[in-house]
Amino acid sequence: MTSPLHELDVRRLLCPMPVIKTQNKVRTLATGDTLKVVCTDPGALSDIPAWCRINGHEVLEMGEQGNEVFVVLRVGEDNGALF
Amino acid sequence: MTEASQPIKRRAIALVSGGLDSMLAVKVMQEQGIEVEGVNFYTGFCVEGHTHAIRKKDKDKEKRNNALWVAEQLGIKMHIIDISEEYKDVVLNPKHGYGANLNPCLDCKIFMVNQATLMINKARELAGDRGFDFIVTGEVIGQRPKSQRKETMPIISQESGADDRLLRPLCAQNLPPTLPEREGWVNRDELHDFSGRNRKPQMALAAKFGLDDFAQPAGGCCFLTDESYSNKLADLWKARNERRYELDDIMLLKVGRHLRPQPHYKLIISREEGENRFLEGYRYQFTSITTVSCPGPLALVDGQFGSDAELEQAAAIVARYSKGRVEEAVTLEVRSPDGVAREITVAPAQPDAVLPSWNVG
Repeated sequence: MTSPLHELDVRRLLCPMPVIKTQNKVRTLATGDTLKVVCTDPGALSDIPAWCRINGHEVLEMGEQGNEVFVVLRVGEDNGALF
Repeated sequence: MTEASQPIKRRAIALVSGGLDSMLAVKVMQEQGIEVEGVNFYTGFCVEGHTHAIRKKDKDKEKRNNALWVAEQLGIKMHIIDISEEYKDVVLNPKHGYGANLNPCLDCKIFMVNQATLMINKARELAGDRGFDFIVTGEVIGQRPKSQRKETMPIISQESGADDRLLRPLCAQNLPPTLPEREGWVNRDELHDFSGRNRKPQMALAAKFGLDDFAQPAGGCCFLTDESYSNKLADLWKARNERRYELDDIMLLKVGRHLRPQPHYKLIISREEGENRFLEGYRYQFTSITTVSCPGPLALVDGQFGSDAELEQAAAIVARYSKGRVEEAVTLEVRSPDGVAREITVAPAQPDAVLPSWNVG
């Protein structure tokens, strides 16, 4: 079990906001950092992993807790900052 | 600096909606050795995902963000940018006016290409040759009546500030050569001359690239091209006596049955469990009505009741859409945003008492 260093609360936000918030958060993190994203939109369970695959981040864990879902990711080589 | 003998790898930013045209435009560029990154703008009106996320009946459909999915298929990076706040000015004050509904397609395209232009300008300033050289869109002349016409193409290039750094690979041969073509970064002969609403050329190109799974939303990917949605937005502005909106407003227009029994209040009534759960999250912002004596919908009250009679009328309407519609009386709870609740018992409205003219949208 990885203990996330960072946590992002995107409860009540709908697709694609959880992905946008995750992207913007990851841009402030360093390679190897871990981030737990907590959402209520179940679509995040497919969108955030897809976003991670595209951008080279690793999904460590994901699942459901009641009405919420979560994704734990590890930031890859490039944190995605545009400039 | 790159060695003079090494050709510079040219890079482009592509506007990617998640639909077929932008997907093909990127693919055409990749075939010519251009390195492409995608950008996708979130306006708040995107059809993308929302309704699937909300409505339970759509739960079995595959949920995917098409822009991300396209990026994965094409192997490109994707930047998703929230422009919902800045976008209000585009919707409220479109210089070039609206299309058939409240869709400001031409201003929207200019705005998005301008955003991409700012991105490539900044990247070139900071990263030099590792920046971006030009912008790519999937526009096709004659494809969309408001924005994609022969005469709007130069307007978009000029007013966005992109000028001749804007390349439309699918219809470039019908347009004057752009910088990437003149400089030989791309080969104009291998670009396309698509025009009109006929989708056959796109289908053929998709087949050539081996692409067989793509989204083709009718009317594009924006709720503003939808007549019913636009009517709801126009109704909102009329009721408030001013043209403005918050993100929550435009989200709520995507959900539930909207009835306006009186000019000064509207009911947003959930149609199923998923919408129920979604509207639940708004109970701290709106007065809400739920049934107590039987299962039923959750309704939000947008506006104010002018009298107790109006509150009873609203309760009777909500009861009409509950399991207790055939009962003599239904008990409901009316809760204000601060959580203070009271119960009320009413006779459910008869079918003919819910006037068709109350239907918004």
